[in-house]
Amino acid sequence: MDKLFLIIKREYLTRVTRPSFIIATLVTPLAFVAFFVVASLIFSYESDDAKKIAVIDDSGILNGALKDEKGLYFKFEQKPLAQLRKNFKNSGYDAILVLPKIDNLFSKDYQVFYYTSGQSTLETEDHIEDRVSDALRDYKIDALKLERKQLEALNTSVDIEPEPIEEGGKDATNLTSAIGVGIGFIMGFIMYMAVFIYGSMVMRSVMEEKTNRIVEVMVSSVKPFQMMMGKIIGVGAVGLTQVLIWAILIPLLITIAQVTMGFDPQQQMPMGPGAPAINPDDTQAMAMAIMSEVGNIRWSLILPLFIVYFLGGYFLYSSMFAAVGSAVGDDMGEAQTLTIPIVIPVILAIYIMMKAVQAPTSSLAVFASIFPLFSPIVMPSLLASNPPAWQIIVSVLVLIGTSVFFVWLSGRIYRVGILLYGKKGTFKEFAKWIFYTD
Amino acid sequence: MDLILDLQNVVKTYDKKIAVNDVSFGVPRASIFGLLGPNGAGKTSLIRIITTITRADSGKVFLDGQALNSRHPEQIGYMPEERGLYKKMKVGEQLTYLARLKGLSASDTKLALKYWMEKFEVMDWWSKKIEELSKGMQQKIQFISTVLHNPKLIILDEPFTGLDPINTNLLKDEIADLRAKGVSIIFSTHRMEQVEEICDNIVLIDQGQNILNGPVKTIRNSFKQNRFKVDFAEEWKGTLPPGFEVVDQQPDSLVVGLAEGGNSSALLQYLLGQGVQISAFNEIMPSLNEIFIQAVEKNHPQAKV
Repeated sequence: MDKLFLIIKREYLTRVTRPSFIIATLVTPLAFVAFFVVASLIFSYESDDAKKIAVIDDSGILNGALKDEKGLYFKFEQKPLAQLRKNFKNSGYDAILVLPKIDNLFSKDYQVFYYTSGQSTLETEDHIEDRVSDALRDYKIDALKLERKQLEALNTSVDIEPEPIEEGGKDATNLTSAIGVGIGFIMGFIMYMAVFIYGSMVMRSVMEEKTNRIVEVMVSSVKPFQMMMGKIIGVGAVGLTQVLIWAILIPLLITIAQVTMGFDPQQQMPMGPGAPAINPDDTQAMAMAIMSEVGNIRWSLILPLFIVYFLGGYFLYSSMFAAVGSAVGDDMGEAQTLTIPIVIPVILAIYIMMKAVQAPTSSLAVFASIFPLFSPIVMPSLLASNPPAWQIIVSVLVLIGTSVFFVWLSGRIYRVGILLYGKKGTFKEFAKWIFYTD
Repeated sequence: MDLILDLQNVVKTYDKKIAVNDVSFGVPRASIFGLLGPNGAGKTSLIRIITTITRADSGKVFLDGQALNSRHPEQIGYMPEERGLYKKMKVGEQLTYLARLKGLSASDTKLALKYWMEKFEVMDWWSKKIEELSKGMQQKIQFISTVLHNPKLIILDEPFTGLDPINTNLLKDEIADLRAKGVSIIFSTHRMEQVEEICDNIVLIDQGQNILNGPVKTIRNSFKQNRFKVDFAEEWKGTLPPGFEVVDQQPDSLVVGLAEGGNSSALLQYLLGQGVQISAFNEIMPSLNEIFIQAVEKNHPQAKV
């Protein structure tokens, strides 16, 4: 036990003190946040040059109804178009907008003309169209003598509110399943990354030790199984450390970015012209509802279970990676061939997870939540949608049983593999090695 | 005899190939023992059994009188032929780690490290990474890691490869020192002149079998052909009486084979009686190299040693 601890300590400390680890751990969140800041800035970028536009309003109904905003300044002109065009260069205008007379109030189409020397930009066109459309809407409401309140009443937003059949059953809101999906995705992806990044870290490290020939010295002091477990646990602890630091740093950096740059990702989201304006009060209410829903999720159950699945999945897959690493030595190409059968279930699991999280009670979801090669990725994504207790218990028991079995199996392969040189590791060989006596 | 290591009828098979076939031998305490054999003879398999890396299929191994068990690796120091250290680790950390894995306490490790690193004058490499050291320097560190935990039995596989003559001598002295302190050393090599020089006893393994075992002197005696070489201070062209077979005659030297029961004194007396000046008179002892080749070829006619 002491020796196992020594190995874990070395595996952990040599990794977390490596400059490359420290850089990756600190720079990744920075890069992540920087990417989002830059992306938001790009989306929220608007043309910053002011444009003065002469407006010729043939019907005279929109005079003063076009707001001067976002670098667009409108001036209603009485001069005829021909004169304006002739003196355009010295007029100080950037463009001329001609609003033809409206014959029919019930017409749904309205064409305006935009004269400009240069290229008219898409953004400017959008803004002008929006503003003319808004002004016309107001004009039409007045001209047709419509009641504003009645008009607003026409837009009904429909929400489904889920209710339990049984009296006193757990009441969920319409947000519950959406948040379940969100959290499920996050958990599923964390698992996926953990398996890949840290599993292959275990493999590379085993290959390095075999190539270095340090194993000969090591196995004359400790059991190969201790070596393998020490490596798996040590690298797993490195993984947890890194994920934990990211989980703290990323939200922190986003908050700092918001405060110092005064930008709010939610408001900067690009919205189509048709999107209804969000009332700030609504946003706040929504945020409160989400917070309370997140608080309603049974974290006391989900978090321990998440750790169980994290460990189960990590042990299951990383032990297989260790076995492959022990068999190949320094041949990275051969290692990649041998890891294909390990990688395929992980990739299948992530696809199943994406489907299952939207239909948590489907037979695919139930099957994948119990099948041990998929369950570490699929089940955490279903936990927020409250699967039945039997499903969780069966899934956890099957996963623990399988992990223990795979760690044992990999240990059998590993102990033969690390001491064997010049022999190619094939699956047929692996099967033989499992049954070798010590 | 007081044996530190005793192997009795050890057998090990890998996947139908018999690596060790019914091998028995003993290693006397506080001696240097040569484990010899051609490539692929089963030496590594034997070493792996002794260091408890693998277990024998059948037969018994005793270390210091006890059947081999999982606590024994702490009493054995093993330096494999293929040296291996963590390249990115610092010398001090690396040695500490390996000693602690051998069951040495943290405080004992510190003391042992100070002793050995000062002895080998490598104290100022403490915070150098292994990859920054030369091959010979790495070898020194590897040797320190082998003896740091004060083992009863040390197994050295080709310990002198890659060492310059000065460091080779340093290591030889160290090995002799360890023996004087009661440590037993198993020394595996192909370099027979080194075996002749430092080993007390040997075992010769071929095709997984013990084909020759015993003290170096006894073995050489048993292989000698009763031949004597006489060097003359002047030219001599005489002949020998019957009972002496001339193997080789040069103007200033003579190699003579004695018949069964023949007496070397009789030869010397006869030559002295001839009035010739003799500068040297030696029995020709077979080298271990010759013995090695002879024994392996006898056991295994196709072998190319």
